[in-house]
Order: sequence, then C-alpha cells, then structure tokens
Amino acid sequence: MNTKPVLIIGARSDIGKALAHRYAASGYPVQLAARAAAGLEADAADIALRHGTIASVHELDILDTSSFADFLDGLPEAPEVAICVVGLLGDQATAQRDLAAATLTMRTNYEGPALLTGLIAERFAQRGSGTLIGISSVAGERGRASNYVYGSAKAGYTAFLSGLRNRLSKSGVHVMTVLPGFVRTRMTAGMDLPARLTAEPDAAAETILRAAEKRRNVIYVKPVWRLVLAVIQAIPEEIFKGTKL
Amino acid sequence: MILSGWGRFPQQWCDVHQPGSEAELRALLAHGPRIARGNGRGYGDCAMQRNATLEMRRFNRMLAFDADGGQLVTEAGVLLSDVIATFLPRGWFPPVTPGTKFVTIGGMVAADVHGKNHHRDGTFGRFVDWVDLMGEDGEVSRCSPQENAELFAWTLGGMGLTGIILRIAFRLRRVESAYIRQTTLPAKDLDSVMALFEEHAQSTYSVAWIDCLDGGAGLGRSALMLGEHAHIAQLPTPHRAAPFAAQTKRTHRVPFDLPQAALNRMTVKTFNALYYRNARGSAGDRLVDWNSYFYPLDAVLEWNRIYGVRGFMQFQCVLPLESAHPGLTALLRAIASSGEGSFLSVLKRLGAEHGPFSFPLDGYTLALDFPFSEKSARLMERLDAITLDHGGRFYLAKDARMSAATLRRSDPRAETLAMFRREGGIANFRSSQSERLCL
Repeated sequence: MNTKPVLIIGARSDIGKALAHRYAASGYPVQLAARAAAGLEADAADIALRHGTIASVHELDILDTSSFADFLDGLPEAPEVAICVVGLLGDQATAQRDLAAATLTMRTNYEGPALLTGLIAERFAQRGSGTLIGISSVAGERGRASNYVYGSAKAGYTAFLSGLRNRLSKSGVHVMTVLPGFVRTRMTAGMDLPARLTAEPDAAAETILRAAEKRRNVIYVKPVWRLVLAVIQAIPEEIFKGTKL
Repeated sequence: MILSGWGRFPQQWCDVHQPGSEAELRALLAHGPRIARGNGRGYGDCAMQRNATLEMRRFNRMLAFDADGGQLVTEAGVLLSDVIATFLPRGWFPPVTPGTKFVTIGGMVAADVHGKNHHRDGTFGRFVDWVDLMGEDGEVSRCSPQENAELFAWTLGGMGLTGIILRIAFRLRRVESAYIRQTTLPAKDLDSVMALFEEHAQSTYSVAWIDCLDGGAGLGRSALMLGEHAHIAQLPTPHRAAPFAAQTKRTHRVPFDLPQAALNRMTVKTFNALYYRNARGSAGDRLVDWNSYFYPLDAVLEWNRIYGVRGFMQFQCVLPLESAHPGLTALLRAIASSGEGSFLSVLKRLGAEHGPFSFPLDGYTLALDFPFSEKSARLMERLDAITLDHGGRFYLAKDARMSAATLRRSDPRAETLAMFRREGGIANFRSSQSERLCL
C-alpha cells in the first residue's frame, strides 16, 4: 500500500474523478481540489468507502494564483503524485470577439495550471521526489480555426511541462504530459465523437496511471492519436490553412 | 433519443436528460411530465417518458456505511454490482437481490424487487430504513416508517411514481464467504415441485426452473435449486484462507442481434431437456460462487440480443396459494399447447404480501419470456385472463403491454395509488407505463 497521497487538481471533471478512483484503488489516499470543493464531499465519501482509503476535499480556484502557496501549505500531507486536470474548452466563436471570454479560457488552461504545476515542481524538486502529471490537449499541437484560443493555451501548457521535464530530469522528479484526444466527458457532451478516437474516462485514468508508473514522458490516451497528430503536423501550412479540420 | 427497456419492446423516442446534481434535477421538473430511469433493466416501458426521461446514473456515489449494523447509504444511481464488489470482500451481501446485479439501488426500491429468499425475508423494501425523495416542488423529504410514512410505503414498489428517489439507506447482511451451497432437486411434475417448495420453506434461497413445453404427464417438471450462504467451515480447505476471493467466470457479450429463428421451439426444447437431465445428474450439494448462483445471465452481457431486433416480452404473475395449483396448471397447459417456448421459465414460492403496492403475495410466481411476435402477444393475453380467473396479479417491472383494465381487475390497489397521486399533486411523475395503465 502507498501511504503518500495523490493530489487531483480539477477534481470535479470526469477525468479527475476517474483518476481519483483509479489511484484510490491502488491504495493512494486522495486529495480532491476544486472550486466549491464542498460539493465534492459525496465523491470523497464514495472514494473512501469503495476503496478503503482516505479522501479529502480542498478549496482551490485556479484563477486565484495568489492563493496557490497557501493552498499547498494547507494540504494535510504533501502529495507524492500531483495531477492537473483543469481545463475549460470555452466557445471559440465567443472567444474570437469577446476578450473577457478569451482571457478566461487562456488563464484557466494555461496561466493557472502552469503556475500551480510550477510551484508544486519547486517543492518536489526540493524534496527530490514526486510525479507531476499535466493533462494538456492534442488541440495544442497545431492551431485550428475551430478552437485555437483553447488550443494555444494548451500549447503553452504543453511547452511549460516540456521545459519542466527537461529541467528536472536529474532531480528525481518525473513530469508526464498527457494529450488525451477525445474522452467521453461533460466537456465533450453533445459532440459527435468518432468511436475509434474516443476513450472512456475510466480507460483514460487506467492508461495515465500505468504510463506514470513506467515514467513515460508524453502520452496519448489512445495510441492512434500519435498517428493522427503525425499526419496533421505533416500537412504543409499552405495546404493546412485552407482545410477545415 | 430512442429508448427501450431491457426487453427492447416497446421502443420510443424520449427526451433524455442526465442531470448531475440536485439543482439540475430540480430545474428539469419545470419541463412537465417526467420519470427517473436507473440502468434500464426494467423490461418494458416503466422507465421511459417521451417528455422527459431523467437518467440517474450520475448519482452514483456511496455515502456512508455503518460497519456495526450494516447500514449502507447510497445515491439512487449506484449499481448493485458496485455494492457487491465493494462490500462482499468485507463480509457483507445485499439482503435481497433480483436476477441481475446490473440494477440501480433506486430501481430496486422503485420496483421493490424480490429475490430467491422472498418466502423467508420479503422484498428489498423490508431492508430499507429510509429514502430521500424529491417531490413535485423540488423539495427533498426524508421518508421512512417514522417520517412521511405513507409516502415511504407507496414509494416501495411505486415504480418511481411518487417522486424522484435520490438517496437510500438499507441494511446489508453478514456472510462468511462468497460461496453458496446449492442443492438441486429434480421434480417430475407440478405437484412434486410445489411439494418440494413447501418442504423446503426453511431454505434461505429457493427457485425452480420449469419446463414449459411438456403439456402431458410431465406438466410442470422442474429443477428446484436451493441455496445457503456457505460458512467458512463448509469451504474446502484451500478456500478458507480467502473466503471472499471467489473466482468468477469471465463474461461474454452477445455481439449482434440473432435472427429470431435461432430461438425456435426446437432450441428451447433441447435447452429445457438438457437442463432437466443435468438437474437429475447433479442432485445433491454443490459449492457455487455468488456470481454463478445469483446472476447466471449476467455472464452473457447483452443477452437480450438473443431475441433479435424485435425484442422479447416478459410475463410474470403471482397466484395466491389457494388457487396456485389449478392456476399454474392452466397457465402451463396454455403455454405448452401454443408451442411458444419460453427460454427462461422460473417458478418460485413467494412469502407474505407487504406494503401498499409491492408485487409479491403469499403464493407462487411464474416468470416467462417470449420473443416478440403476434402469436406470443395473443398467448400472453390468454395468460392474463387465466391469471385474472385465479385471483393473481402482475409484476410491473416486467410488464410492457398489459391494459389498464387488466391491471384494475387484477389489483384494486392500482386505483388507490392513482388516487394517492392525484390528491398528492404528484401525477407529473409518470412513465409510458403509468400512462398506459392509467395510474
């Protein structure tokens, strides 16, 4: 049994909950962090009952960057694994004309996650151990008309994680980037998702846990995405700019 | 989207919602008529409403467990399979279970399900301490035998027509192992199987598989299966160190819809005859894991597809003890002479009636299923008539086709429920079934 906890940042998301259950099933105590965290008490009770572990909830607003240090100090125990699942897809059309909406998407997907991940990395590095997992997005791999505000923020987060991994490679701290592709969650509810490219949250959580155990660096939840991205990135810009993807 | 129950008949377009919180649920009440839906294992149209079907599977959290008394509090959308997976390894088992573990706890309350131990322990409702129910105004009230007692009583077996069940507190039972000691007794005809049921009234679990095709001297020949939770001392030595680590068989999935002809009379006849022989061969004690004993069909995921795209219809009635023998005889004769084989035919002794609208009563219940066809629809009307003639009634969790008049004739309690709903201002909790049955 593991004794050190896993911290799930953005625990209200479907992937966050699935990860909490999966890590709890492996014996980790679970710390659930989200805004309006009291609403997660039922999930914490459920995780504790099902997996016979400890689960606690912690208030965190990802936009309130000045609160991050206090948030980390307030955790009952320093986590062994920290996973940032925070994400806000937003509406591209709105974000194109509304600066406030675009700012919210950028701050939620880049500024908050990067700053918090970075702060945790400092503490892990001092300690000389820990695993940091950032859930980024395939949308960050190439900007597209349909979601480039979201995609650019995720691209920033992916680059941040990449740099962090590079810097900490000899420190005993492992940094893993996850590019989930389509996952059947509330974020994608109502979208017509291609079955072969779409993962269930439970399967995504399983893949992430296993990959982290093997200390992988960058993973796609479904391997087929590696191929899809290779193709998308190989298209010359002259042609790409005229496509509808 | 197009919805159906487990029997895949009828199919209807329904506006489906998947609320994730009480606030979302409350907002949906404004849409007018609605019914809650669990895991869709009711056979007919009991969890469908064109206007608004509210799927409760996101309310899937277990909230508290009292390890002394065994009381478990869950949200309505928690699956029974998850309760077993969580608590059997700790020595607890559901007090009552239907024939599939893929039901929600909310659904178990709404149908007030019974199991193989009904003759001794009663329905699931007997083990429910309280439920939290959302009413027409969106307010949530705690209902128990002490608080809102009348609403509580009608909610058990009320088919979701009294409000939206949100949370349930019920008591698990202690077990020493994940195994059942099963005894299989062959019975050559209806007299024998009924005599065996009475003789083994003390057995915790009992159920008979019955051959519905032999209309002659062997009418009602059956295999009666008795079961007891195995004590640790009764396990073979290798199992004693890990009494809950029962290996369960891997599951299979029916990959596509079979043509209906695949289940013709011949297949059914062979199946039944084989089963009967097997019962004779293996009479005596056998140790069976919990999954094989309680849920043999769950091992075949989506087994409802063996009936083809047109689906199938279930028939389940209960006959009072005094008229059970002539009633069952008439039912079995009608089935045998129709030549419509029932793939699964189950006979069971039920215990005393309890609650204002729960299905069971002191007598015998017969459960059958038929592939959907005009012919089997006519046969089922015939079976309805025989049941009515013998003072029996019908299980609404299985029903997909009964008329409102048949329900009224079989069960005077139906009108009382309808009145309770009208007077309580809760008539907008309604399913396709309740509309069909004028509840």
